[in-house]
Amino acid sequence: MSTNEQAVTLEVNRVSYAVQVPMGSNLSGVLRNTVGLTGTKEGCDDCECGACMVLLDGQPVNSCSYLAVQAQGRQITTVEGLADGDELHALQRNILEAGGVQCGFCTPGMLMSARALLDRTPNPTDDEIRIGLSGNLCRCTGYAKIIEAVRETAVQL
Amino acid sequence: MTLTIATSLDEVLSAMANGARPIAGGTDLVVGARQGKVTLPADLVAIDRVTELATVATNDGTIRIGAGVTHADLLTNDIVVRQLTSIADAAALVGSPATRNVGTIGGNVMNGSPAMDTGAPLMVLGANAALTTPSGTREVALADLWTGPGQTSANADELCTALVLPQPPQSSGSAYVRLEYRRAMEIAVVGAAAAVTLDGDSISSVKVALTAVAPTIIEVDGLNSLVGSPANDKAFEAIAEAARQQARPISDLRASERYRRHTIGVMARRAAHAASVRASGQTIEVPVNRAFGIGENPENIR
Ligand SMILES: Cc1cc2nc3c(=O)[nH]c(=O)nc-3n(C[C@H](O)[C@H](O)[C@H](O)COP(=O)(O)OP(=O)(O)OC[C@H]3O[C@@H](n4cnc5c(N)ncnc54)[C@H](O)[C@@H]3O)c2cc1C
Ligand code: FES
Ligand code: FES
Repeated sequence: MSTNEQAVTLEVNRVSYAVQVPMGSNLSGVLRNTVGLTGTKEGCDDCECGACMVLLDGQPVNSCSYLAVQAQGRQITTVEGLADGDELHALQRNILEAGGVQCGFCTPGMLMSARALLDRTPNPTDDEIRIGLSGNLCRCTGYAKIIEAVRETAVQL
Repeated sequence: MTLTIATSLDEVLSAMANGARPIAGGTDLVVGARQGKVTLPADLVAIDRVTELATVATNDGTIRIGAGVTHADLLTNDIVVRQLTSIADAAALVGSPATRNVGTIGGNVMNGSPAMDTGAPLMVLGANAALTTPSGTREVALADLWTGPGQTSANADELCTALVLPQPPQSSGSAYVRLEYRRAMEIAVVGAAAAVTLDGDSISSVKVALTAVAPTIIEVDGLNSLVGSPANDKAFEAIAEAARQQARPISDLRASERYRRHTIGVMARRAAHAASVRASGQTIEVPVNRAFGIGENPENIR
């Protein structure tokens, strides 16, 4: 182990991963390249687009700009943790049905922000949905169908 | 290189005495390091799990906001929303939910950006920064803390433990507005905070501070002449004029010097107006920016 690396245990989707990471590594890179969960995307790598959104103790965080070593001891949830086995989460079903997925690059981040929003605000207004997703850019859909999917999920859950 | 996750204040202070730099949410530090603007310090101490830093408390006429309180926590804190409303106005505008969840008021203040949103509200509310080392704590007025863009007078081993404010008197209100071109993920083009105390309909105290029009947040001088005047459009226009005169803005790709100088007057007038409305006991929802529709329609910026 180089002096630059730190041994850390990351709890991802309720599974512990013991990994060695260079101190400056970002969480998204470690999730994708070391842990091997590639659902989390890296778009801008600059805290702007939200493609890298994961939950830390249930709250959304831009994992591209968060140090992996600082996530020790927190529960990390990625998009892979949304479904229950083969059963998609209602948000996943609804975003597919509403047509809120085109290229799909923003989708994992959108889902994580939406999940955190609905946990906090089970019956959001459209404005609350927009604010909840305000850190997530989508270049394809125009957002209307994503918002519709969140609204629909709130009704169902 | 190491990162220590501290769970107590003593642990943070001893790590810093040994040369470690604090990291809270990392939304300035890590983003800046990844952009290559700053180098990540070799030794870091994470302060986000220190509960002593994460509380807001009132005691004997003062309010202490722990440096580790996040923007999201400021927004749901009753003391902040009721008594220090302009700080909530500012916190609500920071980044996105993800930025607000991990970004802290201490990080905002100690990063020292002239565009920081909580700075102007803290200044008009008379906040001091409590700076702590293992040998004790000193309180520094914000005007003495910020020395230039990204620079503070704090020593490398000093942790900001809290922002300490006097409890505002009865019939007081404060507000913060910023010019933004969109409703989220924005940096202040310019911004203004005002704190007003009323005696009936007239002003008994008024303070205004400006964001992003000088190398640091600045307080507008010379407003004492308004004490005793009615809190009306004439007074608000005098505040706007003082703000336009004292601003020293730059031109960059976000706005020209001339546009900033004009709009800082608009923001100062609106902040003073909203603070007076709140001081009179009426509610304007947080953030004031939404009530004015700023960031939605250019027509709303006159
Ligand atoms: C997408 C995005 C949007 C943003 N939008 C806004 C915005 O609208 N308005 C705004 O004002 N800012 C904005 N910011 C900047 C940033 O989020 C805030 O300044 C935030 O409050 C910084 O807090 P932090 O805890 O993340 O600081 P960190 O990055 O952890 O720390 C910043 C600096 O302060 C030092 N520091 C931190 N805490 C202490 C302490 N207690 N004592 C001494 N030194 C300390 C650190 O060593 C570091 O040098 C944005 C950032 C991003 C990435
Ligand atoms: S990749 Fe993290 S915000 Fe774009
Ligand atoms: S579906 Fe392509 S970016 Fe959103």
